[in-house]
Amino acid sequence: MNQADFQTLLPVIVLTVWAALLLIVDLFIDKEKKGITAILAAVGLALTMGISLSQTGQTSLGFSEMVVLDGFSTFVSILLLFSGLMGISIAYGYLKRMGIERGEYYSLILFSIVGMMLMTQAADLIVVFIALELLSIPLYVLAAFANTNASSEESGIKYFLLGAFSGSFVVYGIALVFGATGTTAIAGIAATAAAGTANVPLMLAGSALILVGFGFKVAAVPFQMWTPDVYQGAPTSVTAFMAAGAKIAGFAALMRVFSTAFPSIATDLTPVLAVLAALTMIVGNVAAIAQKNIKRMLAYSSIAHAGYILMAFVAFGNPALVDDAISAAIFYLVAYAVTNFGSWAIVISLEEKEGKGLALDDYAGLWRSNPLMAVAMAVFMLSLTGIPPTLGLIGKIYLFRVVVEGGFIWLAIIGVLTSLISAFYYLRLIVIMFMKDGEPKTTPEGWLDLTWGAMAIATVVFSFIPMSLFAWASEALMK
Amino acid sequence: MEGVSVNYYIGLSAILFIIGVLGVLVRRNALVIFMSIELMLNAANLAFVAFSSVNNSLDGQIFVFFIMTVAAAEVAVGLALIVAIFRTKKSIDVDQINLLKG
Repeated sequence: MNQADFQTLLPVIVLTVWAALLLIVDLFIDKEKKGITAILAAVGLALTMGISLSQTGQTSLGFSEMVVLDGFSTFVSILLLFSGLMGISIAYGYLKRMGIERGEYYSLILFSIVGMMLMTQAADLIVVFIALELLSIPLYVLAAFANTNASSEESGIKYFLLGAFSGSFVVYGIALVFGATGTTAIAGIAATAAAGTANVPLMLAGSALILVGFGFKVAAVPFQMWTPDVYQGAPTSVTAFMAAGAKIAGFAALMRVFSTAFPSIATDLTPVLAVLAALTMIVGNVAAIAQKNIKRMLAYSSIAHAGYILMAFVAFGNPALVDDAISAAIFYLVAYAVTNFGSWAIVISLEEKEGKGLALDDYAGLWRSNPLMAVAMAVFMLSLTGIPPTLGLIGKIYLFRVVVEGGFIWLAIIGVLTSLISAFYYLRLIVIMFMKDGEPKTTPEGWLDLTWGAMAIATVVFSFIPMSLFAWASEALMK
Repeated sequence: MEGVSVNYYIGLSAILFIIGVLGVLVRRNALVIFMSIELMLNAANLAFVAFSSVNNSLDGQIFVFFIMTVAAAEVAVGLALIVAIFRTKKSIDVDQINLLKG
């Protein structure tokens, strides 16, 4: 391992070591003081984030060109570390309240983030596969973390069986791509395809299987059926982390693999991606209308948002547009992560033991009992719909612009129409909170309140200065 | 590769993969579903080894080791989950694992 290898993978190495040490240190921490473990985990994430920030602008390859460090990986890694910090701050009080506070929770979160970060740095399909499993396996455990609670266990086993199923699709797809091109290096695949020595039908079949596998991970229709069940059954803090982290990592891998390895077969893949995006937006938004449980409603909403992000992929084979498409998708992921953690933090605040406090009607009268929280939730719902002045609107504008420039006007129209449909169920929650009478109980918790407060402010403030954020996202290119 | 053409190996791996997919979709016992998933992974292993020999590249064979390691890690977590759910429900039939729906 030489200096360049070490530099390229430094954040991942630091976080791996930290997570492993945390597992040992946790043994010596009292059962009553697991808050210390949470703080140590957060320190590890902050330290890694510092290292990642210091690597801004650097590009290098390491470990025989198996991993790459570039603007894209640095930006997405920072976003993932931010998700980890949010995931810990909303879990801190929640786990104690639900009686499932155990130290390994935090190590598992860290290991999962290691997998996600490795995914953004992958320059070889072998690394993509290992990162995929490294991020998924801790998430299976986390989904079943409220052990002996039947719905959490059910959520864990469903996530596990479908996750492993989709993982084997990815592996078989990689095998076919390897057969078609004779290499697993992402750049090598593109080079072989450009030289015309690749077996194109085999490569198409392989890329389709990889797309199926990642379709499961990011919850795109028709591979979305596990999402509502898993999101509903898992402890809410895990759901929030899973909804943001796994989605960001899955899309990062799709962007890396499709825009670098497969531009040569873009003409065949683009219509498929466009149809997947359209179906995902329609099914996610229409199914969300019928939901009475807030966790299920947000689960379908996360499916719909996967559809919006998938729209950016229709431009991946167009060299003039691919950079814009990636920046738009990353920007949307930032907006989604911020809104996502804010809204889930409020769900956690209202949740009581044994799954009570999760029905939409439990939000009635929130405006009277906790006006600030009601306003924050309204901001998140507006942002998810795409109504100004919120970050969600700006994200959608950038996405729609890319889609229209890519010549897929019908897809942009479907996107706008489904946004209108989504307004129905997002605004319904606002009506319930502000117009109906009720006595919702909220739990005051410092870190939780800080999380939704800060996210609500960020959602509004960044929508007034989107250019600076977008400029930052535009530097996140794969060079 | 004297005697048997490599196409047969690829064909066999494709058949194994399809049997695995059908197993996951058709069978209702969580353990059998899990075994079908392992079958899919091993189909990929066979494809990797066969393609490795066609392409004269060792990458595929290295990949097989990674797949086997990851499969072992998956087994550890998966069986633990199946045991946990069996203790709660006294059944691992996926049709009876149906608390969450709507």
